[in-house]
Amino acid sequence: MQSRAAHLAAAIAFMTASAGWPAHAARDLSVALSSTVVAVTTQFTGSELLLFGSKEGSGDVVVVVRGPQQDPVVRRKDRVGGIWVNNAEVTFDRVPTFYAVAANRPLGDILDPRVRKSHQIGIEYIELSPKPGTKLQLPATAIEEFRKAFFRNKQREGLYTIGQGAVNFLTGQLFVTRIQFPANVTVGTFGVDVHLVRDRQIWTTETRLINVRKFGLEAEVYGFAHRQSLAYGILAVLIAVVAGWLANAAFRKK
Amino acid sequence: MQIYLPIAEISVNVFLLLGLGGAIGFLSGLFGVGGGFLMTPLLIFIGIPPAVAVATEANQIVASSISGVLAHWKRGNVDLKMGTMLLVGGVIGSAFGVWLFTYLRTLGQLDLVIRLSYVVFLGVIGFLMLIESVRTMMKRRVQMPTRKHHHIWLHGLPFKMRFRKSRLYISAILPLVVGGFVGLLAAIMGVGGGFIMVPAMIYLLGMPTSVVVGTSLFQIIFVTANVTVLQSVTNQAVDVVLALLLLLGGVIGAQWGAKMGSRLHGEQLRGLLAVMVIAVCLKLTFDLVATPGDRYSIGGLVEH
Repeated sequence: MQSRAAHLAAAIAFMTASAGWPAHAARDLSVALSSTVVAVTTQFTGSELLLFGSKEGSGDVVVVVRGPQQDPVVRRKDRVGGIWVNNAEVTFDRVPTFYAVAANRPLGDILDPRVRKSHQIGIEYIELSPKPGTKLQLPATAIEEFRKAFFRNKQREGLYTIGQGAVNFLTGQLFVTRIQFPANVTVGTFGVDVHLVRDRQIWTTETRLINVRKFGLEAEVYGFAHRQSLAYGILAVLIAVVAGWLANAAFRKK
Repeated sequence: MQIYLPIAEISVNVFLLLGLGGAIGFLSGLFGVGGGFLMTPLLIFIGIPPAVAVATEANQIVASSISGVLAHWKRGNVDLKMGTMLLVGGVIGSAFGVWLFTYLRTLGQLDLVIRLSYVVFLGVIGFLMLIESVRTMMKRRVQMPTRKHHHIWLHGLPFKMRFRKSRLYISAILPLVVGGFVGLLAAIMGVGGGFIMVPAMIYLLGMPTSVVVGTSLFQIIFVTANVTVLQSVTNQAVDVVLALLLLLGGVIGAQWGAKMGSRLHGEQLRGLLAVMVIAVCLKLTFDLVATPGDRYSIGGLVEH
């Protein structure tokens, strides 16, 4: 754990280094990330980024991190003929693969619920609706179970964080927060929204992007398998043929 | 030492994979059958997604079959014409199998079909093996029927062809269908299919035992190679790193197994194998019947 002084020093270094930014007289909020890339390598066990910022005047700070969007399919198993079989499914429309939120005070205290709903700030306010166009023979209560199951599974995988993280003010104006990425994070472009909140409304927002990408041999193999599937398949067969041949040759004399 | 498998997307112990490959390779060297039917469920047990286990196993079987067929070829034990008919059926059957695989995946039922197929397959095989080994242990000789031009009605079907090496003149539809069925199994279950093909060749086609193993290996090579390429292109489910590790252990194990095969008593080993097959079958059944931790799961490429 770094000391407050070390945090402060790093934050100041950041701010002065980025002094070349367009200075906006009316800009009340500015932010910077410790890194804009998360490299998922072979022994990746998770990663942590730091978000720094400063605000002018009064207000609270809320940080929301969202992963790339997907249309997840949630399936339910039922007991059919003695065994458990996937029997029902719901596809949800454009849901973030990763979600985390942090603020310097409890969200309920600083934001109006309507604002939270429209901006989907906080897990309870994430919009999770079935994909339009899909025929649903399930009643609303059943769909609610699918929603709860989705959040439950996401939390178990560590991709959705319950509760809120902390945004710490180092001085009256400088703040910092940690963004944690678990080992099983999905690859893609992540969006970080930093809101300056005054009188329970969002005053201004700064957005930054984080690129989460795989690196290393495994990433090369994965990429090859997906981009040049035919070549990969043929190569896999050739490797097997050669290996089988070598094995036969190696042990023939024994 | 852990290694991250790029397609399976999980981290596994290298020695576990080498050991698994070695153990299954040993059994295949001992009994002369592929071992895919045991490897795939074991891969699923250690956490490899079923789709990846099936596709990668097909890749590994190419290697072990090549190793085996070369030995048989030298002794002139491969009926190329019969093998070709079998493989034509096999290629068609496996292409259909991969299509079916992909379709089941979109339905979210692939995992279930693979597990159920194994429960049935292993249950039947294990049961038959147990009976056979109990019989041999009780020293009751099993009378093998004399197969001198043993004709059954199936042989009279149209499109008859002459298969000189096997000394047969039978309908070509037979090897096509047998090959097709085995190809389908290869695609859905990740097995070579020798277990079905060898008895079918002996009892249905009436081939002499000397050419049976070599010819079936010949067919298996092409069918599993076809499955590997199709699965790579359609589902991107072949994990080459996993296949190589299993291969390494398997090749060494197979040589050791072939050597031991000539020394040890077949009956006890066959009995042990039968018990193991049944144990795997029971574990699979238990997993299907036991109440899951969470009835709900989020689907994706790596489905549950």
